Amino acid sequence: MARFIIRRLLQMVGVVFILSLLLFLWLRSLPGGTVSAILGERATPETREALTRALGLDEPIWVQYFKFLQRAAEGNFGASTRVLPGADALDIFLTRLPATIELSFFALALAVAIAIPLGYISAKRANSPVDSGLVILSLVGVAVPVFFLAFFLQYQFAVEHNWLPVSGRQDSLGCTRVTNFFVLDGLLTRELDCTASALKHLVLPSLALATIPFAVIYRITRASVLEVLSEDYVRTAEAKGLTARVVRGRHVMRNALLPVVTTIGLQTGGLLAGAVLTEKVFNWGGIGNALADAFQYRDYSVLQVLILAAAMIYVVINLLVDISYAVIDPRVRTR
Amino acid sequence: MTPANPMKRRKDRIDALAETSAAGGGTTVLEAGSIDDKPGVSLIASAWQRLRRNPVFLLGASITLVFVVLALISPFIAPHDPAANLLIDQVRPQSNPVPGPQPGFPLGADDAGRDLLSRLLVGSQQTLIVGVFATLFGLAGGLTLGITAGAFGGWVDALVMRIVDVLLSIPSLLLAFSIAAIAARPSQITVIIAVAAVQVPVFARLLRGSMLAQRGSDHVLAARALGVNQRAIVFRHMIPNSLGPVIVQSTLVLAISIIDAAALSFLGLGNPNDRQPEWGQMLGRAQKYIYDNPQLAVYPALCIIVVALGFTLMGESLREALDPKSRR
Repeated sequence: MARFIIRRLLQMVGVVFILSLLLFLWLRSLPGGTVSAILGERATPETREALTRALGLDEPIWVQYFKFLQRAAEGNFGASTRVLPGADALDIFLTRLPATIELSFFALALAVAIAIPLGYISAKRANSPVDSGLVILSLVGVAVPVFFLAFFLQYQFAVEHNWLPVSGRQDSLGCTRVTNFFVLDGLLTRELDCTASALKHLVLPSLALATIPFAVIYRITRASVLEVLSEDYVRTAEAKGLTARVVRGRHVMRNALLPVVTTIGLQTGGLLAGAVLTEKVFNWGGIGNALADAFQYRDYSVLQVLILAAAMIYVVINLLVDISYAVIDPRVRTR
Repeated sequence: MTPANPMKRRKDRIDALAETSAAGGGTTVLEAGSIDDKPGVSLIASAWQRLRRNPVFLLGASITLVFVVLALISPFIAPHDPAANLLIDQVRPQSNPVPGPQPGFPLGADDAGRDLLSRLLVGSQQTLIVGVFATLFGLAGGLTLGITAGAFGGWVDALVMRIVDVLLSIPSLLLAFSIAAIAARPSQITVIIAVAAVQVPVFARLLRGSMLAQRGSDHVLAARALGVNQRAIVFRHMIPNSLGPVIVQSTLVLAISIIDAAALSFLGLGNPNDRQPEWGQMLGRAQKYIYDNPQLAVYPALCIIVVALGFTLMGESLREALDPKSRR
């Protein structure tokens, strides 16, 4: 087990190395180059030259890459130019992270809670009208542009019928901030109306963000349960007279959920891409929002920190998924 | 079935698709030699037999056919010039930014007084172009990378595939945004490139996986035993047999490209020139008027959803039909 983890850590170092190289090359190929990226277009020639020298852009490219790595390791990505002018790019990321984690958590929980039971029902009644309907529903879910769905939900439930809040994370109730996870904060400080307000704000964005993970998890669950249902041990379990509940819980789901667990872990990366669109529609104020603004207004210091962070989070989650997978399924370790 | 690698799911899906080519392609050996003396049926023939009766495939194929025909004939059936500001007189930015439906303009006009119906009809053309070219560029890039990696082998292969895996580990939409941001002057072409670039690693992995899977298969072994040279094996035997998975993936990519292009427009990374309408662009730009004039977003969105669903239904049923496991 330890050897497996060490090997995966080494692989991760390789991945991070390639990622940093790609990010470096990407930053250098942005229009106007790194200097304009940091200073904006209105900088004077003097400041440009000063920054060119300060950044070492007159040095050989491998030295530049090394220094880029050094700055990244120190967390020094420069100041935001457009999203929040003057603020440190890394700070923007850190202060906005809880909002995105909260939204992603609820979206993923929603997707899992609906997708796994439906996937099981679908597989159990494969090729029935219910199954076909659900499969088509999942395909429609993938075909709908996320931001359109977000607008649609917002329009239907917040603008037309005033049932849910239009945007933001919470009404202004003067809530105490502890962790910046608004739902949790309300519980910690016993300000239950704060939690209630935060939950209400979460409904629509979570729904919009949950569609794609729902579709993916549903289809994996369906395929996986279908495969397990045809196994001999399921037939044996049924033949020896176990109750349907025991067969479902111990024999079918326990085996079928292995690939589903991986998929759930890996959906987190996709969630971030979806969060860029969803957060913008609901003006959520998380890193998705910041990324959307950074792309729109070309704020490169914010972009580089957010993209690097997003990729790193993804790589780490991958690692955790792999390790948890190896813990659950011993066959994986030998590969 | 569970390789311990990062990006398992996406890679797994691609690899599973790649393997269908090895298992299915040209292998009629079993059937031809079976005792009941029935003539062997090729994979493609048997796939077609099943597809013909599959309502899901027929639905997807009909949607696709209507879409393609529409893209071809729309300039001739559109009631108005999609770029003409015919109702510009009725556009008042404060009180009435978007002219409503009226005689001759059944869906009304957009914020520049251009006929919405005509723009939707003609928009099918650019949308098809974005989808097809993004898929072709992605395929060409993937083919080049996949064959380079496969042909050189050794460290070139290892390096290329490592980079491919890292690219696959970045959420694809985020990658498309990043590539589109490189363009100093966004245009339809930069949108196509950004959307296509995301698919390059997918196709590269698919093609290389398919070739690897075939390396040990019977038909390649037979060709080698007959003394066919390596190049002919690759181009005459391996690549044609990879076509099945590539076609499946391409139909899915067609749908993804159109949806991704819309997301680029939404973030302001799309084509700013809207004289030639494209559905994703129309949808992305409609956000300004979404609360007061949702029809500007709803119509192009419905078009995108229906067409993307058509491609996806077709792709999924093709995948099922070409999968040798489902062949019975």
